[in-house]
Amino acid sequence: MTTTDAPGPAMAAGAPRPARSGLNGWVVAGAIVAALVSIPIAVVAGSVFAPAGEVWRHLVDTVLGLYVRNSLILMLGVGATTLIIGVVTAWLVTLCRFPGRALFEWALLLPFAVPAYVVAFTYGWMFEYAGPVQGALRAFFGWGHGDYWFPAIRSPGGAVFVLSMVFYPYVYLLARTAFLEQSVCVIEVARTLGRGPWRAFAEVALPLARPAIAGGVALALMETLSNFGAVKQLAVPTFTTGIFRTWFGLGDATAAAQLSAVLMLFVLAVILAERFSRGGRRFDHTSRRYRALPRFRLRGAKAAAAVIVCATPIVFGFLLPGAQLVAWTLDTAATVIDARFVTLALNSVGLAAMAALIAVAVALVLAYGARLRRGPMMAAILRFASLGYAIPGSVIAVGVLLAFAWTDNRVDDFFRAQFGVSTGLLLSGTLVALLFAYVVRFLAVSLNGVEASLAKITPAIDGAARTLGLGPGAALIRVHAPIIAGSLFTAGLLVFVDVMKELPATLIMRPFNFNTLAVRAFELASDEQLAAAAPAALAIVAVGIVPVVLLTLAIARSRPGHRPGRGLG
Amino acid sequence: MVDRDDAALVLEGVSHAYDGLRAVDGVDLRVGMGELVGLLGPSGCGKSTLLRLAAGLETPQEGRVRIAGREVARPGASVPPEARGVGLVFQDYALFPHLTVLDNVAFGLRDRRGTERRRMAMDMLSLVGMVGVAGRYPHALSGGEQQRVALARALAPKPALLLLDEPFSGLDIRLRDRVRDETLRVLGEAGISTLIVTHDPEEAMYMADRIAVMRAGRILQEDAPAAIYRAPADGFIARFLGDINCLHATVAGGKAPSPFGCFPAKGVADGARVDLLIRPEGLTLADGEVGTVAATVRAVHPLGHSAIVVLRLDGDGRDLRARVGAGRMPAAGERVRIGLDRAQTFVFPCTESGGG
Repeated sequence: MTTTDAPGPAMAAGAPRPARSGLNGWVVAGAIVAALVSIPIAVVAGSVFAPAGEVWRHLVDTVLGLYVRNSLILMLGVGATTLIIGVVTAWLVTLCRFPGRALFEWALLLPFAVPAYVVAFTYGWMFEYAGPVQGALRAFFGWGHGDYWFPAIRSPGGAVFVLSMVFYPYVYLLARTAFLEQSVCVIEVARTLGRGPWRAFAEVALPLARPAIAGGVALALMETLSNFGAVKQLAVPTFTTGIFRTWFGLGDATAAAQLSAVLMLFVLAVILAERFSRGGRRFDHTSRRYRALPRFRLRGAKAAAAVIVCATPIVFGFLLPGAQLVAWTLDTAATVIDARFVTLALNSVGLAAMAALIAVAVALVLAYGARLRRGPMMAAILRFASLGYAIPGSVIAVGVLLAFAWTDNRVDDFFRAQFGVSTGLLLSGTLVALLFAYVVRFLAVSLNGVEASLAKITPAIDGAARTLGLGPGAALIRVHAPIIAGSLFTAGLLVFVDVMKELPATLIMRPFNFNTLAVRAFELASDEQLAAAAPAALAIVAVGIVPVVLLTLAIARSRPGHRPGRGLG
Repeated sequence: MVDRDDAALVLEGVSHAYDGLRAVDGVDLRVGMGELVGLLGPSGCGKSTLLRLAAGLETPQEGRVRIAGREVARPGASVPPEARGVGLVFQDYALFPHLTVLDNVAFGLRDRRGTERRRMAMDMLSLVGMVGVAGRYPHALSGGEQQRVALARALAPKPALLLLDEPFSGLDIRLRDRVRDETLRVLGEAGISTLIVTHDPEEAMYMADRIAVMRAGRILQEDAPAAIYRAPADGFIARFLGDINCLHATVAGGKAPSPFGCFPAKGVADGARVDLLIRPEGLTLADGEVGTVAATVRAVHPLGHSAIVVLRLDGDGRDLRARVGAGRMPAAGERVRIGLDRAQTFVFPCTESGGG
């Protein structure tokens, strides 16, 4: 970083420096990262000032209304469905006792492992007219064509179903954590003030969990808005599919960016609604004492109902598509898994590993810089650096491509004018551009983990390291990084898995003839070669289970004073 | 089932175990009407569990609990906390963060409506002097303010019994003294029967009408604060209630010898080891020779109103700590003679416990 980082002899380097000057290496590095991350977003936002071309007017006349309508249907449907599934299941596993409760507690997270497009193409086949479900119904009841009604899977309603089944864990996870982290003292006080167990839950626990529940629904909605693969498979045109079509089909980058800008408005609306629903109130925990929650034992019909309610989303979000993928894979593995498949896997793993490494390194520098320089400046830098997570992958892809193309053209112009050589496209269409897009999109993931673990190191450690002669940079490398090595690995793993699953940005930005598992699975599924797509999809699901395991372990440890398996009820 | 005993709280042979670990072991305890009883003991002695049993947050495995003459718990059956009519203040107050101060206090006034409910809550807030913050949220209050709101909230439904779980331990020392006095005033005005759990003997002695000392799930001694301090039932209590010096002795002829003469050791066999426990204020700097022992001052630790003087007895390697008034302060290295107040010296069979 700077020369002051070297742990040089204290006497020699002992000239007093002005303390706490506004700028130093850490702040500058942070500002550069924040600026780089903001570029693609700024490019897209800026596109609204570009003159509207022929294509844009065509889009407004023909499909824009449909995109808005479908997006609203999806948001309403997915929002309501994930809210109900997430809160009810979280409430059952945290406050009740019934057979299988401990199993459901973590199994409810499993749908996190399955990318939405995988569920979409599996169900697209299973539930369509020619698929096994309707076929079995016809065979069993002797129905013919037109004798019965069956909901169409390739419809906005079908998309709501598919997306809800994979995104409800956001609500479940946050609601469950909120219920668990509430001090049981608060509930107990409500009991001594005359509330029965159910009233205490309704009047105290649920209102306290409201911000967390709203946060979970907001995450589910943001994922819904940024989803490309599932809505494409289910033939529900939305902004993301529109951006793709405008970019590749109509070849109009400006119109694609303008569509992206409208999509960002929807994301912004979700974020603002979530902020608004918190009402500016902070529900700080007023009590720091914890105790295992007493759970209410459900018996007989109630217990059976609880089991069914908890099992249903797991069956539809994980087991059913997973089983179908396994069945297909068993059929096709021999022909599909060849040298080409290995190349795909290596491409995916290599890209994901590099993105994870960069994202963690950048996050470490940012978070540590913010630790050294507390204040509004670094806080703003961190917020800008985290922006990408809210932005759909297809929007980031468009923004990065436009920015890189512009840069390449300027460099090319310069070299042609000065040296008479054309440099062509240096960065556009390379892995560098793709990696950059990944880091923009997923930096927030690594930053969250790194910040949280750094915060657990007491400032006294910094003091000890510094007084023992380490500069800030040396302290980071020799003290902080080793202390939080485990968390750095976890943060990297989360980015790794997100990149493995990522579809739209990879699809738009991958270099010519370069494929990953996700892209290949999606392309094969789009060509109706579902069985051939299964091995790649299954590999992604297998990798996707890793963060579910991590989450489960983190949850088991998260509750202070909570020893698993010891209930007082 | 109304009992003739109209005490606010009666525990009879109450036992409770977590995972087979007996946290409360056959406890009898009574809190009379309007009485303030301090439940005193080191951490982990079961005193908080006892409080939870009284509140109905736990169901005792053995014994019975009566509140205001009504039986609320017997083995395997328990009146739930919401139907017991007890007020509870937790160590960290556990205010409802999503409700204003006023709504927190009004929370327990379920059977009241609208303006009356509001008026009663405001009355409680004015009793604790917190009317000014009625519209604020808990996170905007200081620790002392939160404590007073929690007290108002617990008292608002006019419970028959108030339970306080280490209610001052979250406050810094200066504030604590003031909040303690303030709480005593409020409890007095409300005329409420109170059980307060604490690990701080000074706090228990300062506040309580009666103290029950608890250890390992059992109540060891129960008496007025001064009586317990003057006549602790065993060495543990003597040590727990205040700073103490310990001299070891071997009983001979029914007496325990010491540099200060012999002390009667009733009921201890000859040859048995005993501890002579002497409070620091039981040692005095004396002028005369009679009954006194020569010693050297090793250190003086001034405390303002008094000082702790560390002394080494002649011909004896042991250091003793004496608390002396600010009047005559010896200097380190000075030769002094020390006398002993026999009323502040206790003889107990030797225990392995060195605490206190």
